[in-house]
Amino acid sequence: MSSGNSFNDHPFSIKDCALIAVATGRRAYTLTELRNHIRDVRIDSIYHHFWGGLLGVGFEELEFNNDFANWCRKHLGEPALAEQLSVIDPVEYTDLEGLRGKLLDIIDERLDSNDISHFLRSSRAFEFTRSLLVIFDTGRRMNLPEDLPRVLPDLSTGSVFYHFIDARRRLEDGSDDFRFWLSSWGEDYSGLRRRLAGIDPFFSSLSQVRDELTMVCSEFLTREVG
Amino acid sequence: MNGLLEAYAEVAGRQVISQLRQLAEHLKGMKVVHVNSTRVGGGVAEILEKLIPLSNELGLETSWEVITGEDDFYQCTKAMHNALQGHPEPIDQRLLDAYEQTNRDNADKMRPKLEEADFVFIHDPQPAPLFSLCPERRGTWIWRCHIDASRPFHPVWRYLRRFVSDYNASIFSLPDFAQDLPHPQYIIPPSIDPLSDKNIDLPEEEIDQAREKFGIDPQRPLLLQVSRFDRFKDPVGVIKAYRLSRKFNPDLQLVLAGGTATDDPEGEQVLNEVKTAAGDDPDIKVLLLPPDAHRTINALQRSAHIIIQKSIKEGFGLTATEGLWKGKPIIGGDTGGIRLQVINYHTGFLVNTPEGAALRIRYLLHKRDQLEEMGAKARKFVLENFLLTRHLREYLTLMVGLLHKADYRIELG
Repeated sequence: MSSGNSFNDHPFSIKDCALIAVATGRRAYTLTELRNHIRDVRIDSIYHHFWGGLLGVGFEELEFNNDFANWCRKHLGEPALAEQLSVIDPVEYTDLEGLRGKLLDIIDERLDSNDISHFLRSSRAFEFTRSLLVIFDTGRRMNLPEDLPRVLPDLSTGSVFYHFIDARRRLEDGSDDFRFWLSSWGEDYSGLRRRLAGIDPFFSSLSQVRDELTMVCSEFLTREVG
Repeated sequence: MNGLLEAYAEVAGRQVISQLRQLAEHLKGMKVVHVNSTRVGGGVAEILEKLIPLSNELGLETSWEVITGEDDFYQCTKAMHNALQGHPEPIDQRLLDAYEQTNRDNADKMRPKLEEADFVFIHDPQPAPLFSLCPERRGTWIWRCHIDASRPFHPVWRYLRRFVSDYNASIFSLPDFAQDLPHPQYIIPPSIDPLSDKNIDLPEEEIDQAREKFGIDPQRPLLLQVSRFDRFKDPVGVIKAYRLSRKFNPDLQLVLAGGTATDDPEGEQVLNEVKTAAGDDPDIKVLLLPPDAHRTINALQRSAHIIIQKSIKEGFGLTATEGLWKGKPIIGGDTGGIRLQVINYHTGFLVNTPEGAALRIRYLLHKRDQLEEMGAKARKFVLENFLLTRHLREYLTLMVGLLHKADYRIELG
């Protein structure tokens, strides 16, 4: 494949990261308590409950894509609310305060429309946690998009998290570092960018996401280049 | 790559080791000391046994100190352990005096090393007062609580809190164990060592020998609970569950294998209660194993069809993790860290009563395909979440974060 930008002088710098969870001391047993803590908790806790689980300890086969929805379904007995919370796409909110506002809107609506929701009490608390993320440079670089199939299989899950998940809130367009980098190589890679956009990271482990990224890049680049 | 790191790379994957190396690069040459109260027996000692050499291979200067005391000290710390787990019993002043005096005596021996360390990890309540007994300390001190302290007996917690509140940070195994403390509380679940005698793959002959030695029939289903003889592990409840299930599975066998730890004075009394409950049933084996019987425990776990961990209170439940690693579903008490490991219909079942455990035993023995499938999923779950390498990565992350006073995220050059 010829690139309109073969002199691209911005190599892809591979970062890695490690996450550790931190307790906030906030616990909710009822929907009203959950709502009030969502209103007041540090904003990085909201981030953690949408994204942090992917890098932290946890089971890969989650029913819903965020901790709030899981708790409402499994412990509070609010399946309808869980479904409503689970359709929130955090990528749509570049400002996390907007994401917090959306959560509050949905929960307030539930509390306003259903009196029973005020009286439900879970035996298991929702524990608000946040995370400390340490990001470091691996020193590894990719110079060409064609390097992707060779480099991706060796990425740590921390690198996958940083470049494919965390990037969504760092980049204005809510994409990921791979698509962002590929966009600097012109339209030749627009097909690959579209295919990468189709990978849903929420219901897989990070190692499965890595495998999927590798497969998509290998298929595209082999076919296009070959 | 060095020998130990190379061996872990074989099990956990090369990316995992490469990540440890890069994190450790920022901590090279730093002096790290871990202090606990026993060198053998119990999950903490088992973790430290490998965490220390692995840290050293990564370039940190890590060492392990053990606090020692007399009988009154261990009685006090056992009572403290029970109280943190919610047992409502005050501790005699005589025992508390022994606790404080023992810490003063140990501080006299350890002070120079602790005061010059860059990081000090104090494990559990036993050595907690060492912080205030090392006034010239220069490093960061972290209190690591391995106990389920979610609903502590408050008079004892208030007493202990005096000693731990001034630490720079604390670590709990689960968010619900965290307490009201004036410093950051990090959440780090513990881990198992896949290369230890307790977890390494064993030749089939060795497993056969263990079965033969303890009179276990390989043709009949076997339930196993491995844990200290401690009321919080509910060994008598396990016997009840076995008896309820035997009505439907008359061939069932049960092994209750317990070790002892030097800091647990109640073990013998509970062991006698268990023997009484077992009576003269030849299909119940109550085994008191020495603290170094790791390969025997490993062989028993590999012999079992289902592993039980029917705790009423549990810090984390590493014996459950070990069982999952051997590809066995766990029937576990709905408490503490077992909740993080046992996912209904995926890696086992959470239960609240002997009746609940009996129901799940029947279910799994009836659906052998599902038993196999859950076992495979269980091993993968541990591989991705509960190996020593993940544990060490989180310790390194914590140290790097504390070193740079990072609160939320930090990007290192």
